Amino acid sequence: MIKKLTLSAISALALTAGAAFAAGSEGHTHDVDFSFEGPFGKFDQNQLQRGLQVYTEVCAACHGLKFVPLRTLHDEGGPALPEDQVRAYAAQTEIFDAELDDYRPRTPTDHFAESGLETAPDLSLMAKSRAGFHGPAGTGLAQLFKGIGGPEYIVSVLAGYTGEEKTEAGTTYYENTAFPGGWIAMAPPLYGEDVEFADGHSNDLHHEAEDVAAFLMWAAEPKMMARKQAGFTGVLFLVLLSVLLYWTNKRIWAPVKGKK
Amino acid sequence: MSGIPHDHYEPKTGVEKWIHSRLPVVGLLYDTLMIPTPKNLNWMWIWGIILTFCLALQIVTGIVLAMHYTPHVDLAFASVEHIMRDVNGGYMLRYLHANGASLFFVAVYMHIFRGLYYGSYKAPREITWIIGMLIYLMMMGTAFMGYVLPWGQMSFWGATVITGLFGAIPFIGESLQTWLLGGPAVDNATLNRFFSLHYLLPFVIAGLVIVHIWAFHSTGNNNPTGVDVRRTSKAEAQKDTLPFWPYFVMKDLFALAVILVVFFAIVGFMPNYLGHPDNYIEANALATPAHIVPEWYFLPFYAILRAFTSEVWAVQLVQFVTFGIVDAKFFGVAAMFGAIIVMALAPWLDTSSVRSGRYRPMFKWWFALLAVDFIVLMWVGARDTNFPHDWISLIGATYWFAYFLVILPLLGVIEKPAAQPATIEDDFNAHYGKGGTDGAAAQSNPAE
Repeated sequence: MIKKLTLSAISALALTAGAAFAAGSEGHTHDVDFSFEGPFGKFDQNQLQRGLQVYTEVCAACHGLKFVPLRTLHDEGGPALPEDQVRAYAAQTEIFDAELDDYRPRTPTDHFAESGLETAPDLSLMAKSRAGFHGPAGTGLAQLFKGIGGPEYIVSVLAGYTGEEKTEAGTTYYENTAFPGGWIAMAPPLYGEDVEFADGHSNDLHHEAEDVAAFLMWAAEPKMMARKQAGFTGVLFLVLLSVLLYWTNKRIWAPVKGKK
Repeated sequence: MSGIPHDHYEPKTGVEKWIHSRLPVVGLLYDTLMIPTPKNLNWMWIWGIILTFCLALQIVTGIVLAMHYTPHVDLAFASVEHIMRDVNGGYMLRYLHANGASLFFVAVYMHIFRGLYYGSYKAPREITWIIGMLIYLMMMGTAFMGYVLPWGQMSFWGATVITGLFGAIPFIGESLQTWLLGGPAVDNATLNRFFSLHYLLPFVIAGLVIVHIWAFHSTGNNNPTGVDVRRTSKAEAQKDTLPFWPYFVMKDLFALAVILVVFFAIVGFMPNYLGHPDNYIEANALATPAHIVPEWYFLPFYAILRAFTSEVWAVQLVQFVTFGIVDAKFFGVAAMFGAIIVMALAPWLDTSSVRSGRYRPMFKWWFALLAVDFIVLMWVGARDTNFPHDWISLIGATYWFAYFLVILPLLGVIEKPAAQPATIEDDFNAHYGKGGTDGAAAQSNPAE
């Protein structure tokens, strides 16, 4: 009986864990097959660089990435830009330096700029601060298979505009199938062919959205590759340890337990 | 220390005698490690070690995290991101700490429900049980305050809602809430005191854990039969028990390793699954999240809190009788804390003379229903309060109280218990066959 209860308690934990995110999302998020999903998934370096380009040429007009240090663009497992390119990229924007009492170009040790528009949220953690999947029945179990769904949510919002708009109290809202409530204040940022990719990759709306979502996932979780590596090593060694302890335990108990 | 007769530490060398006559610390450690333990303990007796490990893990990772964290409303959120991005291995420390809290609660719920099923709370282990409940309460306080520290949206609004519960207490509530928060609302003063207490309480817990272990080492462990270890002589006791080292240390370590495989898989591959995405948004006093949901381990009691609305007739009756002093809000708060208090009183509410649920044919089903009830409450605690969730949480909360206040006292009177084995040895041999050696022989030659 106690075994059965243990099992049901464990499944219940799985059941309710996701439930925390479950509450009322009306928006629809569609699943995207990202390269970084699953225990062995890796960021696609080219995709991150394309996403950086979309971010820089489109999103950065209003949004910021204030928690992301520019030097991490050079990091292995991330966009891995060469150091001189990181330096050149950093210098494109300026920062107020209290010591100089003046503005100066950013260096790799500075962070990305903050949001330029007050109403535009910072995007540093956007890919981790949204859940795309809530079902079934609000249990959040779908997240076990699809992931929490942050980057998918970003893709769905960017590609979810219907073209309808309305004005309320002086603010224009745009209908969006992924945004909770169905109306979002952000004008459609991407239409397709908004940027030209140097690698000749397709720049239709959906590809651009996926690329920038992947980039924002990296921005939110820059140590994901190292984390999965550590997790894999940890699991491997603990499995080995478990096997050794199983044999040790069995052998110690063998003389106490009779044969039945 | 133990009431079960067994060999005690004898200093042999000169150095040992020198130390022992001044401070018998080696003897204390020896007696603790070699304590006679019922040899029929099953796999539900491993959670104590898991819990000890969790406490150590949380303290070690927490101390390092505190070196890099800044308890200030303008800097806290950024300092957590600093840990995640700049501190070497910082992301791992934080994910271990955050998911470590979940492992801690999984283990404590298993541990508590094991105690409830096998009657571990019954005489003579009432003090062990009460200390355990105190530890559990402190764990909840520590976990709650720890969740506030990253200063995300759920941190802020969770703190607002939970401290608001104290505001529901009649007459003194509002002053009490202000005193707890250090001001009229959750702000910098709140964050600072929560950080201070979050650092302090684990060490109080560690102290209570020692008392908890001391208490059950004095009475001896319970076991799946609930039958006492024979203690008229050392030879008899050895038929029922084995020393904790190496038999149970190895068994527990094996269990710990298996559980850590799952734990590391979660930390490595899905570390944010048990958290709330909203906590990656910096706290904002002007933007209330659409749904404020506590961490999963609080959900059953959160469901009980929300179950008693002003539409429940019992609440209306109490409100009428007390001239409105006890309103629905305070009723809910009282119910939430009451749910834990009735559990703590289980030793005196359970009238059955039989300890283990194994030999209680009716109790088994009511207990199973309690476990299901706990899970249902956990699920409904994360849902909105519309129909049918309101009814489900009300029925679930009512059953929780009914189990402790009505069913446990009544069962002891009306239930006819099944036959129990005469000794632990009989139970062990029935499961595993008669061993080639008894405990005494095995002790002298454990690895053979």
